[in-house]
Amino acid sequence: MSAVAKLVSGTHFGEDLDHHSKCVPDTNFEARLSHLDWLESEAIHIMREVVAETRNPALLFSGGKDSIVMLRVAQKAFRPDRFPFPLLHIDTEHNFPEVTAFRDARAAELGERLIVRSVGESIRAGRVKLRRPDESRNVHQTVTLLDAVKEFEFDALFGGARRDEEKARAKERILSHRDEFGQWDPRNQRPELWSLYNARLAPGEHLRVFPLSNWTELDIWQYIEREGLAVPRIYYAHDREVVERNGLLAPVTELTPPRPGETVVTRRVRFRTVGDITCTCPVASNAGNTDAIIAETATATVTERGATRMDDQTSDASMELRKREGYF
Amino acid sequence: MSQALNLIAGDVLRFTTAGSVDDGKSTLIGRLLLDAKGLLEDQLAAVARTTARRGDTGMDLSLFTDGLTLEREQGITIDVAYRYFATPRRRFIIADNPGHEQYTRNMVTGSSTADVSVILVDATRGISQQTRRHAAVASLLAIPRVVVAVNKMDQVGWDRAVFEKIAADFAGVAQSLGIRGVKLIPLSALEGDMVVTRGDRLDWYTGPTLLEVLETADAGQPSGHLRFPVQLVSRSRFGKGEEHRGYMGRVESGTIRVGDTVVAWPLGLEARVADIVTLDGTLRAASAGRSITVVLDRQVDVARGDLLSHAHDAPSVVRRFDARLTWLDREPLAQGRRYWLKHGTQTVRASIETLHSRLDLTTLKPVSDAATLAFNDIGTARIVTGRALIADTYAHNRATGSFILIDEATNHTVAGGMISRLEHG
Ligand SMILES: Nc1nc2c(ncn2[C@@H]2O[C@H](COP(=O)(O)OP(=O)(O)O)[C@@H](O)[C@H]2O)c(=O)[nH]1
Repeated sequence: MSAVAKLVSGTHFGEDLDHHSKCVPDTNFEARLSHLDWLESEAIHIMREVVAETRNPALLFSGGKDSIVMLRVAQKAFRPDRFPFPLLHIDTEHNFPEVTAFRDARAAELGERLIVRSVGESIRAGRVKLRRPDESRNVHQTVTLLDAVKEFEFDALFGGARRDEEKARAKERILSHRDEFGQWDPRNQRPELWSLYNARLAPGEHLRVFPLSNWTELDIWQYIEREGLAVPRIYYAHDREVVERNGLLAPVTELTPPRPGETVVTRRVRFRTVGDITCTCPVASNAGNTDAIIAETATATVTERGATRMDDQTSDASMELRKREGYF
Repeated sequence: MSQALNLIAGDVLRFTTAGSVDDGKSTLIGRLLLDAKGLLEDQLAAVARTTARRGDTGMDLSLFTDGLTLEREQGITIDVAYRYFATPRRRFIIADNPGHEQYTRNMVTGSSTADVSVILVDATRGISQQTRRHAAVASLLAIPRVVVAVNKMDQVGWDRAVFEKIAADFAGVAQSLGIRGVKLIPLSALEGDMVVTRGDRLDWYTGPTLLEVLETADAGQPSGHLRFPVQLVSRSRFGKGEEHRGYMGRVESGTIRVGDTVVAWPLGLEARVADIVTLDGTLRAASAGRSITVVLDRQVDVARGDLLSHAHDAPSVVRRFDARLTWLDREPLAQGRRYWLKHGTQTVRASIETLHSRLDLTTLKPVSDAATLAFNDIGTARIVTGRALIADTYAHNRATGSFILIDEATNHTVAGGMISRLEHG
């Protein structure tokens, strides 16, 4: 067992700490909130504030685990009412089919409106020009996203980004103010004191709102487990054809055939993130259920983006640059 | 119950770190993350590579907290960075404040939600002007616990006398600022002594390590008087009649129970709590920090911006009050100009009627003939609002005693405010 595993699976704690709310903790209300309850309550508070203070918000829902958690938080915040916002997906058309199917099923199950705008449309309409046909469409989501913001006159977009993902995110506010080009200016962020969020906007501007800012990858999985949430099955270990490339396992699909000289092998893998097929890699894993994923995450030796994203490997600062250009 | 949920139990503690440039703050955070096993291997590998490129040997712990490209280009840290780690006992959120003098604004931001403030002092240099400023901000924002990490003890031969001199000096600062219960810890971020493990070179020190203090300090979620600011009114009906509306909000302090008689402010209407609703079922009670929907037993006129309390220990309903202001914008305070004031779930018009004083951060004494407050200044002012606020003093309640001011023209958040005196009638 690694040192980390020892640290987090020790004997210091046990059943005495009631931190699962399947049984509603109404007998123990003087107790401190467990970390999951705390994170959940904070996210609910943020969503309610932004709904109260903006005219026309939307929630970015991709079918990925962070946005699945956001939908759960939205249920906690607004049920029995319907959500006071539609769901919006910027589809690269390069998504894993399991994830797209999951996205549609989940939206239908909740009875909420899902708007899909696709990068493919933007390309066909000439709004996006690819340098190469097989170029990752990930960065081009920005154009489609901003077009959707204009089309529907959204003034706030809830996103599932977390500060533990990446160092540009680590410095971003919970309410991230964007100009009419969607750009983030790290030097001019509004100070965010206590839980007093400044949602005031000039015409044409909008907010990106990150209710899960303070969650880590481990929290996300612990919450999925606690709430019994379904996630697309490619998050769990399965056999998949991959090639080894730059130390990552690249999935072999129609969109991403092996390159000359590469050998296709079948490996037991799972996805830690489920973005654009052309730049998302699975990790070797035997974790077949949420419990096992949590154990792996707690002892993980590689960060989420480092393990799975080819687009962030190129430069230490690529997320920061993309954000400054209007990315999520 | 699932084993996995138990991997990390406990609550959340938020702390902030502050120090002058080169006091070793980045090294200390790196050390905490590393020794608390919060660091992941690819970050380790990247750091090892960068260190090698620079021709150094070993590992420069401070590189773990390296920031934005913009910051590297300009050679200064621009903004608060949030970092996360966990031990089996607790989850930690660090608001890592840049040490640069210009950035009191960021320190205020990072400190506003902190349960603990960790102030670094370089043992070879002792208490500095920056230490005073950091302590002043901790005191201003009433951070419940201040910890002074006396770093680089290795460079002063682990000398107890050096530590005790700094402790005595800081006691003076704490006294003039009214900070109580300060904990001082001698440590070496570089070598690791007294950060997570005790080491064997500071035997004369018998107090807790830094991590022990962080693992046992009181975390947020104040008890005390019930304060429930209403964020939204649900469109659904709860129960039989038209009158059963649901009020959504978060309990900011105290506990609300089914059956309690509560008062809805500012109108002062009484009702009883019929139900506390969550997606997971109804609760008999909810305490500070929890987001809920409250159902009252009769129809009362309650909207966003209103607040529920118990009848005893009620908040004040005021339009005029004194407050400490920390000015956060490049455009200085303009007396008589209108600002938006956001307090709890309420946004009202406000103006600064009188500027009483500005705090001189060198002497820590108020200067009374101040004409304005400029970027990063701290002062005291009398504020008047267009509509009544339902408020407490900040000393009494961090949530209902705090507000921000927003510039009408630029929409910038220009000030953070802490109510110091309420004017009744
Ligand atoms: N000898 C010694 N040097 C330290 C210690 N902590 C930090 N340093 C060194 O002090 C310098 C500044 O540290 P850094 O963490 O970058 O300071 P920051 O500007 O406060 O973040 C670096 O060269 C560190 O290696 C310590 O405990 N002992």
